[in-house]
Amino acid sequence: MGVESGNFITTKFDSILGWARKYSMFVYPFVTACCGMEYIAAACSHFDIDRFGAGLTRFSPRQSDVLMIVGTISQKIAPVLRKIYDQMAEPKWVVAFGTCAVSGGIYDNYSTVQGADKIVPVDVYIPGCPPRPETVFEGIMKLQEKIQNQPQDWRWKK
Amino acid sequence: MEEIIDKIKSAFKETILFFEEREMPVFIIKKEDVLSFVSFLKESSFSILLDITAVDYLKWPEQKEKRFEIVYHFFSLEYNLRIRVKFSIDEKEKSPSLTSFYKNANWLEREVYDMYGIKFDGHPDLRRILMYDEFKGHPLRKDYPLKKRQPRLEGLKDD
Amino acid sequence: MIKIKKESDNSFILNIGPSHPAMHGTIRIVVETEGEKVINSDVEIGYLHRGFEKTAEHKSYPKIIPYTDRLNYTSPLINNHGFALAVETLLGIEVPERAKIIRVAMDEIARITDHLIDVAAMINETGAITVLLYMMEAREYFWDVIDSTTGARVTTSYIRIGGVKADVPENFRELTEKAIKETRRILREVDGLISKNSIFLKRTKGIGVLSKEDALSYGFTGPLLRATGIFYDVRKFSPYAVYPKVEFEVPLGENGDVYDRYKVRMQEMEQSMKIIEQCLDLLDETAPERVSNRDVDAAEALSKSKFDKGVKTERIKLSPNLEGMERESYDGIYSKNRRFVPPPKQTVYNSIEGIIHQFLYVMDGYGIRPPKGEVYAAVEGGNGELGFYLVSDGSDIPYKLHVRAPSFHLMSSLSEMIKGHYIADIIPIFGSINMIGGETDR
Repeated sequence: MGVESGNFITTKFDSILGWARKYSMFVYPFVTACCGMEYIAAACSHFDIDRFGAGLTRFSPRQSDVLMIVGTISQKIAPVLRKIYDQMAEPKWVVAFGTCAVSGGIYDNYSTVQGADKIVPVDVYIPGCPPRPETVFEGIMKLQEKIQNQPQDWRWKK
Repeated sequence: MEEIIDKIKSAFKETILFFEEREMPVFIIKKEDVLSFVSFLKESSFSILLDITAVDYLKWPEQKEKRFEIVYHFFSLEYNLRIRVKFSIDEKEKSPSLTSFYKNANWLEREVYDMYGIKFDGHPDLRRILMYDEFKGHPLRKDYPLKKRQPRLEGLKDD
Repeated sequence: MIKIKKESDNSFILNIGPSHPAMHGTIRIVVETEGEKVINSDVEIGYLHRGFEKTAEHKSYPKIIPYTDRLNYTSPLINNHGFALAVETLLGIEVPERAKIIRVAMDEIARITDHLIDVAAMINETGAITVLLYMMEAREYFWDVIDSTTGARVTTSYIRIGGVKADVPENFRELTEKAIKETRRILREVDGLISKNSIFLKRTKGIGVLSKEDALSYGFTGPLLRATGIFYDVRKFSPYAVYPKVEFEVPLGENGDVYDRYKVRMQEMEQSMKIIEQCLDLLDETAPERVSNRDVDAAEALSKSKFDKGVKTERIKLSPNLEGMERESYDGIYSKNRRFVPPPKQTVYNSIEGIIHQFLYVMDGYGIRPPKGEVYAAVEGGNGELGFYLVSDGSDIPYKLHVRAPSFHLMSSLSEMIKGHYIADIIPIFGSINMIGGETDR
């Protein structure tokens, strides 16, 4: 009985936590290339990413929840990306923004990494070269869904 | 416009191996006289060095005597004239550096070194600029394969 | 690799970037400071090296155009134009007048969006985020024009070898005039907010000054060279397309500091809008006889045919992106030399010759084969002279393609520009360069 009620409280608390987390994503935009133009468009007032609670950009990995990889990852910048991911505190999610971050895109040569998921685990892929803001929001909503439904990690959870 | 070209031609009769009027005047000169030629250009109003690049003629349909060709583009504000200056150079030879005439030659020559492996004599600080230090070889050479990756991170296998 | 030689014993080495909000993700600067003053520095680029030049040596000419979009991604249309111009010069083909007017109009729209993002980013980094929001609104209006004309917002691939992809849509004038009107309003507002703002003046006046001689020696072109007071603009010095026919002024600065660069860019946007307005009139003069009033929607045509028993053929509207590739406007936007341009879509879909033509155009090993030789063609890009140096060995892929990237030259002077300034000044100086990774690192 006690165990069951404990489960009940845990799941409810998980769901509240998920709800809170999905609407207050602190985004770290790892902007390297062209997709940055669309990221700015999505973030500014016309499309307004803030409607989805992802408007606050933090440029310190320690303060951010979502690493948004915006643009081509070259072999030269790969260690930098890895280090930033490692520095982020849990819970953290990664979004690959644009075809280059998803799979390397049209760049298949000596200097590019074929997708950011070769370096860090990616939660949501947003295709497009670059993706239109509507696509970006679709991706963000997918991420919100994922955050809501995943088991949450919290301090006294056992 | 004609006068300045005639002036260059008459001053460097021996140096100019070949002259051609394409979309801009093209001079092919001897490698030994590059520095004196460029210093003459700089004095005669060619104040902007537009570009330095190299061409690797390894896979050119006809065999060339020397593998590389260095290509300069200069621009004169006074005459509103762009000119192209070229000279041939072999793999093991060193090219003269223009850093004493133009300040942007520093980075441009570093790029040529990085991409083609041509060394510049008299360059103050010749090192890679676009690629990383662990990178072996020079990517824009014709014998460097397009997809040969040299990852910096372990786990990023060549695929 | 960064290499910095310590010049003083009391100094401190500070690393900025590559993942720093003001470094645009792709730059690393290591500065040696004495107190707050920068005494020595080294700049590293190449974090966005994507092998454009190597890739171009493996693609046929028309297939390189999408890659040129991604060089200076704040103004992709100008890059398309530069590359197309180089190939056309090598082939010796002439582009029809209307295509040239469209090219110039689109170039100037791209220039405005380029300057908008640059000025906005620079001011944002000095602390005024409102301006970023305002200016992005203006850019959104121009992107609407680009979107409805080219079918894409950023990576347009619109200007092709021998012409442009499609004619402008019917509501082009309407959209553009609206964008210009709104942008003028926003620019006035920004001017009121910023140009006499004492904080902004203190952060930009006399900062990052480079003398005329140094600017020339560093190969400066574009707004940064003009900010020092030297008159050089590719559009005036070696005019291409219809630039000789349109009237515009080239704004010049005096001191060559960050403030002058901001001023020059603001004035250039106004001049670009003037050019676009003249282009709109020129476009009206050369407009093809449109049969569009006969066009009906596909759904409408279907419903009509149900009730209308008489034999009547209706033209069905094509998708907006194919508009202009219709036969009637084809002559206006593509070169007369059919060997080097793709056939109109209707021909491809309806005749065997059209399909063969299309295949010959796109297949590897056939395609466009320029004569052996080399060419350098330059356009006035957002940051200055954007040149394409092309070497052809007579095959359908370029033997070598080199881009004269204006911001590469500007970046090479950064070390000298920040010397003697405070650390906080690095940000506006770097912002005023408008470093675009795709162009600098290629």
